[in-house]
Amino acid sequence: MSVDKQTVAKIASLARIKMSDEELERMAPELNNILEWVEQLSEVDTSQVAPMTAVIPNILRLRDDVVDADPLTGGGKRDDVLANAPAAEHGFFGVPKVIE
Amino acid sequence: MTDFTSLGVKDIRDGVAKGDFTAREVATAFNAAVAQAASLNAFIVTTPDHALAAADATDAARSKGETLGKMAGVPIGMKDLFATRGVQTTAASHILEGFIPEYESTVSSNLWAAGAGMLGKLNLDQFAMGSSNETSYFGNVSSPWQKEGSNAPMSPGGSSGGSSTAVAARIAPAATGTDTGGSIRQPAAFTGICGIKPTYGRCSRWGVVAFASSLDQAGPMARSVEDCAIMLEAMAGFDPKDATSLQMDVPNWEAALSGDLSGKKVGIPKEYQMEGTDQAILDSWEQGKAWLKDAGAEIVDISLPHTKYALPAYYIIAPAEASSNLARYDGVRYGLRDLPDGAGLQDMYAETRAAGFGDEVKRRILIGTYVLSAGFYDAYYNQAQKIRTLVSQDFEKAWAQCDVILAPTTPTASFPLGSLDADPLTMYLNDVFAVPASLAGLPAMSVPASLTKDGLPLGLQLVGKPFDEQGVLNAGLAIQQRAGFAAKPEKWW
Repeated sequence: MSVDKQTVAKIASLARIKMSDEELERMAPELNNILEWVEQLSEVDTSQVAPMTAVIPNILRLRDDVVDADPLTGGGKRDDVLANAPAAEHGFFGVPKVIE
Repeated sequence: MTDFTSLGVKDIRDGVAKGDFTAREVATAFNAAVAQAASLNAFIVTTPDHALAAADATDAARSKGETLGKMAGVPIGMKDLFATRGVQTTAASHILEGFIPEYESTVSSNLWAAGAGMLGKLNLDQFAMGSSNETSYFGNVSSPWQKEGSNAPMSPGGSSGGSSTAVAARIAPAATGTDTGGSIRQPAAFTGICGIKPTYGRCSRWGVVAFASSLDQAGPMARSVEDCAIMLEAMAGFDPKDATSLQMDVPNWEAALSGDLSGKKVGIPKEYQMEGTDQAILDSWEQGKAWLKDAGAEIVDISLPHTKYALPAYYIIAPAEASSNLARYDGVRYGLRDLPDGAGLQDMYAETRAAGFGDEVKRRILIGTYVLSAGFYDAYYNQAQKIRTLVSQDFEKAWAQCDVILAPTTPTASFPLGSLDADPLTMYLNDVFAVPASLAGLPAMSVPASLTKDGLPLGLQLVGKPFDEQGVLNAGLAIQQRAGFAAKPEKWW
């Protein structure tokens, strides 16, 4: 399977990364090289193999059902959460107008 | 007067505890060495005040007769992938430039609680994606090592290249690293130092900027096996804030260190004998076998049949996870925002990510997005996860025959900066020996073995059973005791 410029443009759009024509031209052969190389995985018969889901067997834990379990990251941290926002207003994240 | 910058973790900890010198003297010496080494570009920001404050706290605790922590008085470098409260954390990216965390990663928090201080935040490949430290937004890191008779800047390896450079250049006694597909071991090998990636889950991932969550693991980088053991003890431990954290006690690795390998079996995987591997690497591997045999171990040939598929599987799995993890950089909650006049929300996302990510990061996000997209998921991602199962099963079978595996860390020694960047694929091959242990979540370590005829360091890799960091450290110690690796880079910076 190989990707052309249009496909790369489609993927870039799905990934929300703006790319110029020149970048797409450059990226397409690079991606093709990588995809061609990973193609060798198809020669392995994996019909009887389950895909890995956990690399080290571990149990799934539930945390205690308490509010603000961790004092540093629990609730009531609005200003800390907003501290690095490029545009914070009135205690919210600011974004460009979404609804006309 | 002691040259404090020549001391390692254990020397500093013990010297401070005994009162031979103060933690402040040590921190002052390293702060000066860091300030003087700007041309290496190992640090993105330096934090001399943090190092001094931690040192003063240690000195005060000692004078009051309090029990000192495992890393008391030791100033370290912190890879800039760990969130540090009040100190810029960038993952060497433009998109996180200026990000000042309001919280502290668990690993760094553990280290400060053990008495360590921070010299600064270390440069790395952007979002830990790279094997040469050439993808950082803040510029390449130069290895302190140079080829004999040349002053061309060499790669310190990646992604933990600031860490490897700082430790090899003696501007930090130790540093944190993270390893997703070799990012602790390969830079350690390139710079003649030690580095261990513990079993997946030993060190909390909480507060570590995520790259590929099923693979990311933190670990120490230092100049001796003992120093790695001490620092790993301080870093590791159960953390309820990380869903994959191991709920196990941290063993006392330092106390149980022993270079006597009597009764141990060391496996030599025949598939690691790959075409294109430097003769010098093969020779050092032979030497490694002889050393371990001398330490009392029995050498056995083993087979890990799916080795050649590990790297391509990794380059599906890691980008797939990265494309998902990096979706959070959207210009809304933190980091860069690029909002052209009159642009809407979707344009803002696309412009922000175009401006904020470097080429290698974009490449991996695109690969990841592609292999996860409808119609290709089974052929690529699912197939890669099945291969990952097979790679892991290869190791499980091998453990019936041996206790630890010996292999080279890298297929070549370090290379000049700029020499491999024409083809991303050539760069990826650097991690061909490191990736299988990552896919299987196993503890693995690189220890310095020898120098090439050009005077560049070579490392040997030890891979152990799950949870058997001790076995890896002990085999590493056996090599360290016999290799007598004392070479250090000549100071040119």
